[in-house]
Amino acid sequence: MVRDTNKHFKFDWITIILFFLLVGFGWLNILSASHTGTTINYFDFSQPFGKQLIFIFLTFGLIILLLAVDAKFYERFSSVIYIISMLSLLGLFLFGKNVNGATSWYAIGGMTIQPSEFAKTATALAVAKYVSDLNTNINNFKDQIKTFIIIVIPAILVLLQNDTGSTIVYGAFFFVLYREGLPKYHLTIGISILLLSVLSLKFGAIITSVIAFICLTALHFLSKKRLKIFQSIFILIAALAVSFGVKFFYQSILQPHQQDRISLWLRLEKDPKKLEQMKRTFAYNLNESEKAISSGGFTGRGFMEGTRTTGKFVPEQHTDYIFSTVGEEWGFLGSAFVVIIFVLLLLRILHLAELQKSQFSRVYGYGVASIIFIHFFINIGMVMGLIPTIGIPLPMFSYGGSGLWAFTILIFIFIKLDSNKINEW
Amino acid sequence: MRQFLLFISIIAVGILFIARLFYLQVYNSSGHNLYEDNAIRKVYDYPKRGFVYDRNGKLLVANQPSYDVMVIPREVEPLDTLEFCELLKINKEQFTKKYEKARHYSPRLPSVFVSHLSKEDYAVLQEKMRKFDGFYIQKRSLRNYETTIGANVLGDIGEVNNRDIKKDPYYKMGDLKGKQGVEASYEKTLRGIKGIKFIQKDRFNKNIGPYKDGKFDTIPEQGKDITITIDAQLQAYGELLMQNKRGGVIAIEPATGEILAMVAAPTYDPSILVGRNRSKNFTKLIRDTIANPLFNRSIQGVYEPGSPFKLMNALIALQEDVLTPEETVTCYAGYKYGNRFMKCHCNRGTRNNMIGGIQRSCNAYFATTYRKILDKNNNTSEGVDRWSNHAKSFGLGNFLNNDLFVGQKGRIPNRAYYKHIYPKTFYSTYTISNAIGQGEVATTPIQLANMAAAIANRGYYFTPHIIKNIENETLPEQFTKPKYTTIDKQNFEPVIEGMFQVYKKGTAASLQVKDIDICGKTGTVENFVKIDSLKTQLTDHSIFVAFAPKINPKIAIAVFVENGYWGSRFAGKVASLMIEKHIKGQITRKDLEEWLLKHSLENEYAKPYSGEPFKINGYTSLQIVEEQEYYRLKKELNRINKSEN
Repeated sequence: MVRDTNKHFKFDWITIILFFLLVGFGWLNILSASHTGTTINYFDFSQPFGKQLIFIFLTFGLIILLLAVDAKFYERFSSVIYIISMLSLLGLFLFGKNVNGATSWYAIGGMTIQPSEFAKTATALAVAKYVSDLNTNINNFKDQIKTFIIIVIPAILVLLQNDTGSTIVYGAFFFVLYREGLPKYHLTIGISILLLSVLSLKFGAIITSVIAFICLTALHFLSKKRLKIFQSIFILIAALAVSFGVKFFYQSILQPHQQDRISLWLRLEKDPKKLEQMKRTFAYNLNESEKAISSGGFTGRGFMEGTRTTGKFVPEQHTDYIFSTVGEEWGFLGSAFVVIIFVLLLLRILHLAELQKSQFSRVYGYGVASIIFIHFFINIGMVMGLIPTIGIPLPMFSYGGSGLWAFTILIFIFIKLDSNKINEW
Repeated sequence: MRQFLLFISIIAVGILFIARLFYLQVYNSSGHNLYEDNAIRKVYDYPKRGFVYDRNGKLLVANQPSYDVMVIPREVEPLDTLEFCELLKINKEQFTKKYEKARHYSPRLPSVFVSHLSKEDYAVLQEKMRKFDGFYIQKRSLRNYETTIGANVLGDIGEVNNRDIKKDPYYKMGDLKGKQGVEASYEKTLRGIKGIKFIQKDRFNKNIGPYKDGKFDTIPEQGKDITITIDAQLQAYGELLMQNKRGGVIAIEPATGEILAMVAAPTYDPSILVGRNRSKNFTKLIRDTIANPLFNRSIQGVYEPGSPFKLMNALIALQEDVLTPEETVTCYAGYKYGNRFMKCHCNRGTRNNMIGGIQRSCNAYFATTYRKILDKNNNTSEGVDRWSNHAKSFGLGNFLNNDLFVGQKGRIPNRAYYKHIYPKTFYSTYTISNAIGQGEVATTPIQLANMAAAIANRGYYFTPHIIKNIENETLPEQFTKPKYTTIDKQNFEPVIEGMFQVYKKGTAASLQVKDIDICGKTGTVENFVKIDSLKTQLTDHSIFVAFAPKINPKIAIAVFVENGYWGSRFAGKVASLMIEKHIKGQITRKDLEEWLLKHSLENEYAKPYSGEPFKINGYTSLQIVEEQEYYRLKKELNRINKSEN
């Protein structure tokens, strides 16, 4: 990798260009999804596209500020930033404004700010700080618990504010911890639980248990490193517990709308009349969004030419469902382009993180990549019907000042840390 | 290893997404179709349907506005059904039934909910329409008949069915289309092309504005007016004369092939198939399988031609040079062949040459002639094929390739046809009935009229057609180019002279019209039906074929009256009167006119269905119409005469 060693260009321009490509293309799609009427005043600040334009301009100031601050500041004050951020989340219970069922906003004047967006950055900094501490050993159970607590506090706070989507994002830190040496069985257990859950919801607990039993038996006879009988039995019992537990969790703990989403995702509903009913109600968004994407075809309908976008058939299209606009108006070529840009950006950040000399920077970089990756995966996966509906924005793309700024801060702190790498020798 | 988990996850998700995009947008994409896009509302603008005029420029068919309530089931919101039903004048069950039918057809395409609102209902409904989401009013143009005649000629328009839509995607549910007559055969000319407006909707089904500023919108193209060859006067007169009878009359102008009149009896007023009562009336017409008013007897009725076909045999004999016009045949009140006998009306020992044979319609003469034609060169198989080809050159036994919506081929047999009945031996006597136009030959009235026109022209005809003129269009060559028969010109004169003598002294002597030299030929055709699977003979059909004047003919006509008994009894009278009407414009043979109006054949038609034994032909008495009916017909006649002046 050839790095630009010229001191004037010490920031990683590739990341910056990819970032602005996404922001710019995102804004075009917000414009398309939110404009009304035939004449467009780009600076109509009562419209989402006009507001987003202001947010983008303000981003420049923010970036300059972020890059001007000394790199050591972020490491040194990560605990303070984390605490302030947690307080701002707690404050929502007192002063929060309820929008669409989630109490996630502060209303200041005409503006609303969503502190949970910034909390992700703060948590990433805190985790980086704690894990990179010389006294911390991630293989140590106590330290694992402490790290876990840092992550779970904001996750629980946003969950209590009814913002399930943001809670799931904190799962991203698993990638970080795994990279830093979390024992392998965590991964095995995690994947197993996920698989067991999906299987038992789709095919029922009994069939799943049988499958688990067959797999374990096969493993027992085929694997060189044989498990002891009682170990296998223990695993089987655990699997049974998970299977039935998931059923119970699904039926008794999840709220009806969450049940519906999962049942739609796993195609649990077979009755065509009920499916039709679903398409008209909670699956309406997804159905319309898939239709919009599908109608784009290979080359798309053209910028501002999508009939479903113009007709506003997909609700919330300029926020969480922005990708359906890309699909309809830019077609397969445009959508694949966006996916590729995201993948490139993620790989670039990942690559830079691996190059970091300080563990703090590396852990933080991993956090950045993981958080963006989870957003990318859940958002686009949801819009295309690959995973259940979970409301989180598409980074840099979706409309919203808090989101845009939060991701700007997240990424540019890392760009600053990365630029400071040379000074760490 | 550890650093690759996220790396692999990112790559895997990228590939997964692109694969899913490929599936959604390329593999599974139905392509974009504006007509299927439910974000785009399609609003049709129906053009004016072309008017229909008769040959003298009299307007026959015009338009009137009509309003249909349309429904798009998936856009229907809960509504005040009671109020809606009241406005539409339907009840709750009908509402549910209509709604289910529309939903079954398609939840997202419009269907007709209630058709043909009256103007008053429309006015009231229009005010309240916005309360009923998913319903809207579509304005259409219905036919307005300026006449009560010519239902079989003019035809009618009706809603397209699923088959029509499948066949031609131009049509959408609720569109109107020509179903019969010229409405059907000139559908594309008359209908024009509807315009369409694409309107962008939002998800609340509100119109936002024209899609792409109306770039794809089209303006309607008006339907073209047409002039048909029918003479409304003559048509009306023919229909009047044929009242209380069944059969067909078809009159052709020999010099052009234009159809002057095409009467099918019984008929109906074309106006009853317009508007809300259309389906009720149509069902009534189509269920009447006995009188069969929708059956156009003048072009669809296939009958044995009877004696008029003797003209054909005479022409073929002359062309084939098997006899001369002067050769005589002695009639023994019939014709003996083998051990069988064909009866004839001639006195025993009458000696007929060709003119006499035609004049007296002598069966013996034509049996002899027919055998001579077939037995020429002692090869009957070849003979029957030659005979068949000559007859076919007159347009008999085949579709005439005209512009009428329906038709029948009829039948002129040849050796191949007889092969399965007489595989080995084949003698001319086997098919001797063909000599007098019975047996296997079968024709439609229009074919016989065309034959008369070809004789009138001395050897050629123009394909009979109904179109005279289309706005800014020339008629196709098939109607303007003469078609030559296989008979030479000079061979027509003896036959025409024979037809002339039919009028002067022969079977139609009582039907002469002053100052017009009519050439004609009577026909009396035996016919049978099955009653309780028993072959039963009915009263003969009365047939007449004629053209006039002898020199420079103006009209050729074929008249067919079912169960009218002998040729000059009904059919000949109708033919003479129509010829006089066409040539003179007025009637001197008022006696014939009176006779036809006064007499009905309804009791004849009732016989096979009475379930009782009945008598036919000479043993029947004629039915006189009721006084009331007679006055109605007289009034009708006065109206026709008045409108002429």
